Amino acid sequence: MTEEIIIAGFGGQGVLSMGKILAYSGMMKDLEVSWMPAYGPEMRGGTANVTVIVSQERINSPVLKMYDTAIILNQQSMDKFQKSVKPGGILIYDNNGIIHPPTRTDIDIYLIEANKVAIQMKNTKVFNMVVLGAFLKVKPIVNLDDVDKGLKKSLPERHHHLVALNEEAIRAGMEAVKLQQKAQ
Amino acid sequence: MGELRLMKGNEAIAEAAIRCGCDAYFGYPITPQSEILEYLTLENPEPKTGMVVLQAESEIAAINMVYGSSACGKKAMTSSSSPGISLKQEGISYIAGAELPALIVNVVRGGPGLGTIQPSQSDYFQSVKGGGHGDYKLIVLAPNSVQEQYDFVALGFELAFKYRNPVLMLSDGAIGQMMEKVELTDYIPRLTNEEVIKRTGSWATHGKPEYRKHNIVTSLNLQPEPQEQHNHHLQAKYKEIEENELRYEKFQCEDAEYVFVAYGTSSRLCQKAIQLGREKGLKLGIIRPITLFPYPSKPIKKAAKKVKAFLSVEMSAGQMVEDVRLAVNGKRPVEHYGRYGGMIPMPDEILEAMEELIAKVEKKAQKKAEKKAKKKAEKKAKKEQK
Amino acid sequence: MVTIEDIIKEENKVFSKTKLLTDKTFSYCPGCGHGVAHRIIMEVVEEMGIVEQTIGVAPVGCSVLAYDFMDVDMQQAAHGRAPAVATGISRVFPDKYVFTYQGDGDLAAIGTAETIHACSRAENIVIFFINNGIYGMTGGQMAPTTLIGMKTSTSPHGRDLYNMGFPIKITEMVAQLDGVQYVTRQAVHTPAAVRKTKKAVKKAFENVKNRKGVSFIEIVSNCNSGWKMTPVKSNEWMEENMFPVYPLGDIKG
Repeated sequence: MTEEIIIAGFGGQGVLSMGKILAYSGMMKDLEVSWMPAYGPEMRGGTANVTVIVSQERINSPVLKMYDTAIILNQQSMDKFQKSVKPGGILIYDNNGIIHPPTRTDIDIYLIEANKVAIQMKNTKVFNMVVLGAFLKVKPIVNLDDVDKGLKKSLPERHHHLVALNEEAIRAGMEAVKLQQKAQ
Repeated sequence: MGELRLMKGNEAIAEAAIRCGCDAYFGYPITPQSEILEYLTLENPEPKTGMVVLQAESEIAAINMVYGSSACGKKAMTSSSSPGISLKQEGISYIAGAELPALIVNVVRGGPGLGTIQPSQSDYFQSVKGGGHGDYKLIVLAPNSVQEQYDFVALGFELAFKYRNPVLMLSDGAIGQMMEKVELTDYIPRLTNEEVIKRTGSWATHGKPEYRKHNIVTSLNLQPEPQEQHNHHLQAKYKEIEENELRYEKFQCEDAEYVFVAYGTSSRLCQKAIQLGREKGLKLGIIRPITLFPYPSKPIKKAAKKVKAFLSVEMSAGQMVEDVRLAVNGKRPVEHYGRYGGMIPMPDEILEAMEELIAKVEKKAQKKAEKKAKKKAEKKAKKEQK
Repeated sequence: MVTIEDIIKEENKVFSKTKLLTDKTFSYCPGCGHGVAHRIIMEVVEEMGIVEQTIGVAPVGCSVLAYDFMDVDMQQAAHGRAPAVATGISRVFPDKYVFTYQGDGDLAAIGTAETIHACSRAENIVIFFINNGIYGMTGGQMAPTTLIGMKTSTSPHGRDLYNMGFPIKITEMVAQLDGVQYVTRQAVHTPAAVRKTKKAVKKAFENVKNRKGVSFIEIVSNCNSGWKMTPVKSNEWMEENMFPVYPLGDIKG
């Protein structure tokens, strides 16, 4: 099993930390992982993206042109990465701020209204965990136990009381994700 | 098995320094390697291990602080990225000239000038071919994973002290910024002052005791004759390093007809290209130099006996390819493929470049075979005429 | 008749060379102040009994070979970098007496940043700054401390204020820095001046012992070769011209 994922959105949406938690969770399951951010000016106020690879085998290239799954959280990223999903692959997106929804027909498209869910939960900070939940529902490459361990490992001790809240958000994401279109 | 941690390449270097008994780190912020100094200042190892961490006023000051510490026989290191390494070159030359053990990390970014902050491999020349003034060599280690970034800190110090020679870890922004699993090693305590004196008493400055002459650390000879002698000595040392410290890795070379040569991040990209190529039935492999000095010229030369062509892949306009060509020495075609200025070539691009090379080589071979066949036929016809 | 053998007797001895100067012949020009400055620093190290704890840093310039003359462990630094090198030493050997010995080009031109920042960080070191207003080793070029109107090989018509700017008073500058404990400007051209300087040197090393941060001692000196004067004349010229711009005395601490 090798899962090649791009997570892309605005800086501040928690794109990088979501990738990190995913990578950590994979590590907890004894999988090989890599986390490669697009760093630099792109991070400051603009778009942010990170490539996460989780695999049973040793990972070679940490950067890729095509992905199994693209998690897209703003329009710029949609424009940039919709075409980078492998045929038959998966695109998960939050429609908040999306003017041009995805148009590909050869991939599975899922909608996660993570922004809405996070607002309902009265905590916009858990936005990225809602998205993570959506992804894990669609692609259960790690289970909640691994995520729990991953969270504990990636969060400093003083933030461990937030683990439960994050888990709640992940579960909410799992529930809220909707299949919009099956690949033709 | 040691503790596993998901770490950035830069963080791995910092953690390794603390754990391997490093005495001092001197740094100056520059992207994409600032996490090394940030991590070390946050961890604040001094109360725990005694390791000194200091932010210098410039890269120049930092490398000269390393000079001062390592001339005391201590394990000292610095890190920077390309423009900062250019600034350090004077100090690196002095360290090489004075034969001091030191570790220098370069997390390379695109150039020239201020360039970009994105990953690049365009510092091969300044790392391997000199960089500073004078005839000197650094031992150059090229990690291609976060684990190796970690491992090469201890290895770097080991080699630096073994040969009393500066060691350069040539990383790049991609490995520096990416996170991977790292297996941590146990803490090795720093040497005590007594141990340092025992190990380096013949040359380092610890304060002159009654029983010996004063130790002088210098790279100066006002007379050319002793300076030539000193250079002879350095060259002999470099030869010894070449004989003993070559490290490289071969991947899927057993049946390979076409072989990549790449180090660091590029070697990872090439491995993916090999995977994609082999899915198409292409027999591809890679030789990855782990040490860039010493360079695996002999293994490449040996491979040239059965390989049809080499593609040197580097995030540069073509620097290392010169050494591949020197090793192959005209026996086989050697070409370069690279993206630069901070661009990372994608594995499929690399594969395309390889396919072009293959097409070229095979076309040439075919032409040659046709020519040969034609000549043979002509000869035969002539014979029959007679 | 009194012979020389009659004179060389223990009871007649008025001076003996410190053990901490090697027997190597000084490479300095006869009449140059470097030799005296070397001697008094080494005398103080000997008198304080700290040779096993002392590490010196030589600069680039005339005194680059200071390491051949001073019989203590020594490092030679790249041009201007001595304060950074001393930082590296002092940080890994906090109990040692670390000093730099630098000229005006080294300390106040190419090494300005290293000087200022080592001072600002309150490194526990002594900085000896020999100011003779000229680059001696390279053949008498203009230094950052060259006086207005002073002729050098790169200001052959005299230092021109409009073109070449003012001489830098770096000693007064570093005195402003909180990390600096003691700043003084001395000379070594007369026995009285030598005595005063030696006292300053001692105070500086005492400060290291008490971890008080940087002690900065400027020694205004001559360069009879570079100034193209006899040694005697150069000392007179120094008193008349250098001292008004670089007045002697304690500046701080």
